[in-house]
Amino acid sequence: MTQIVERPPERTAPAATTEPTMVAAINRALRDAMAADERVVVFGEDVATLGGVFRVTDGLAETFGEQRCFDTPLAESAIIGIAVGMALRGLVPVPEIQFDGFSYPAFDQIVSHLAKYRMRTHGEVSMPVTVRIPSFGGIGAVEHHSESTETYWLHTAGLKVVTPATPADAYWLLRHAIADPDPVLFLEPKRRYWTRGVVDTATPAPAIGAALVRRPGRDVTVVTYGPLVDTALSAAGLAADRGWELEVVDLRSLNPLDFDTVADSVRRTGRAVVLHEGPRTLGFGAELAARISEELFYDLEAPVLRATGFDTPYPPARLERLWLPGPDRLLDCVERAMRLP
Amino acid sequence: MAVQPDPAGGFDPEPVRLVAPDGAPTAETRYGRELPPETLAWLYELMVATRELDTEFVNLQRQGELALYASCRGQEAAQVGAAAPLRKTDWLFPQYRELGAFLTRGISGAQMSAVWRGSWHGGLGFTGKCVAPIAIPIATQTLHAVGAAMAAQRLGEDSVTVAFLGDGATSEGDAHEALNFAAVFGAPCVFWVQNNQWAISVPVRHQHAAPTLAHRGIGYGIPAVRVDGNDVLACFAVMAEAARRARTGGGPTLVEAVTYRMGPHTTSDDPTRYRSERELQEWAARDPIDRYRRYLRGLGVWTERLEQRATGRAARLRAEVRAAVVDAPDPPVTDLFDTVYRDITGELVRQRDALVAELAKEARA
Repeated sequence: MTQIVERPPERTAPAATTEPTMVAAINRALRDAMAADERVVVFGEDVATLGGVFRVTDGLAETFGEQRCFDTPLAESAIIGIAVGMALRGLVPVPEIQFDGFSYPAFDQIVSHLAKYRMRTHGEVSMPVTVRIPSFGGIGAVEHHSESTETYWLHTAGLKVVTPATPADAYWLLRHAIADPDPVLFLEPKRRYWTRGVVDTATPAPAIGAALVRRPGRDVTVVTYGPLVDTALSAAGLAADRGWELEVVDLRSLNPLDFDTVADSVRRTGRAVVLHEGPRTLGFGAELAARISEELFYDLEAPVLRATGFDTPYPPARLERLWLPGPDRLLDCVERAMRLP
Repeated sequence: MAVQPDPAGGFDPEPVRLVAPDGAPTAETRYGRELPPETLAWLYELMVATRELDTEFVNLQRQGELALYASCRGQEAAQVGAAAPLRKTDWLFPQYRELGAFLTRGISGAQMSAVWRGSWHGGLGFTGKCVAPIAIPIATQTLHAVGAAMAAQRLGEDSVTVAFLGDGATSEGDAHEALNFAAVFGAPCVFWVQNNQWAISVPVRHQHAAPTLAHRGIGYGIPAVRVDGNDVLACFAVMAEAARRARTGGGPTLVEAVTYRMGPHTTSDDPTRYRSERELQEWAARDPIDRYRRYLRGLGVWTERLEQRATGRAARLRAEVRAAVVDAPDPPVTDLFDTVYRDITGELVRQRDALVAELAKEARA
């Protein structure tokens, strides 16, 4: 069974519209993907008996058996390395790296093999691997549990990088990721794990590579993703009180990037602020600012600004509220953009 | 009948040897050396072809047709003997020096040459022969072998995977993780360590402090065997047994094939800086092909006719690879963009088009 048959995510019948947490939505996506395709296997540290440290994989081993959902020894390089070998032989692995900060031991396998395998085999071999990584900060965790890793993956050709902001997107982006013939880094925003939202498992959400305008507005485009979409929406409410209309673009998929949606918005507003948690220097905001400046320079009323974390290691829990970009840091940028001549 | 680690920590460090360096059969009784004459002849032809093709690759590099080459001279028995007893559906996970295993599996010199010529990464069309692309980051392929073996378990196959690695690779974390995972999951995987004594310039005594590399099997709780890597029949017998164990649910085996890298690490290396001529001469006296020829002559299997057939076939392979390599055209540069994802992304289309336009402009200038 070396031939990979790509299938689109199958709809789940009967249609179900519920309001689960993001954790439950991801669990449902895994469950539905495993039920739809017996090649899908889920593995990682503590994912089987415990159901994952966040309970994302709760009950999967019970339902699908230990061949399809299993605990591994503690070795992240091996978790990704075996996924490569399994994908080569026709399985659809969905490994979990328990926390963002533990993805670094797997860096070589992700960058040197998972990402490059299709190219290195001149297109012969697909790597339909979805690497789930509970990601980003904001939950008061101990060190190494709050990292923004997206820039590492975005700088690596061959990977796709997605991050959901809502339970519905968590469900559908994960279904799309598992059905994707290429490797997807699926970054789950831990601090939104317990947010509830409507999930319609019968109607697919836009595919990987499509951004969404979460709130329309005329004055400033806020480009963000994952954990900070909610932050941007809160800030938009506060900005409205001050007479500024923010348009919030949720990228959803960082690579492929839906730059058209960003550009359409910036052409209308003439102002853009990028918002992300990770350190500022060479963060994704740098790429977005460069691209907007290159392609939309004459549409801009102000420089593209960035509301981000700082170029320090991620702070200890008691300092993270001070460090993370919140509505205030975003609104400062909005104010600067609005006041610039 | 592998050398099992025993609870007292005992371990037989003496390599399994069926044919002595002088070509005489040894007193070894744990493994059989009885193979049909045509199989014995086939192994001889493969080893001769491996050495000849290896020489051709070195020549092509010297003539500027290849950017680099990593010779397997001296390791023919360890590679042919490892690949020959396997089924064509058993997956091989090579590093980059496994010409003998590639040839045994039916991969052509032209397919292998892409890497060394610098026309494509990984090797061309390897996976169609159940061989993974070469892995240059050391020991990374061992985890792929374990994953493929775990896939075979889940697909209900009785196929076996083989991870080829070297003495230097056993120091890498991935090799440890792979051995441990294979042991924990009972994966049908054979770890075939070619201990060729040198990792570029670092001797094996600087890689580890255990009495032998095979001793590690004790710690992982898996059977381990040391075999004379310059004895093709011993390699064949040890691999056959390890593969049979894996195929029948007995889990992984660690094999240390003791051999020697007669050539430099690659064509860019100068081994006179780190090893002695005397050492080289000692190992030349244990040459795997000379030894096997003497053994076959004693059996009456080696004949002038066999020699002619072997050298004739090798000459054809040399001519084929030379014809495929010399002045071979480069692949289209757009292939770089078209093989990153199944469906090219919009951004890659932009970049590909920009490069094509840039090249067209240069061509006009």
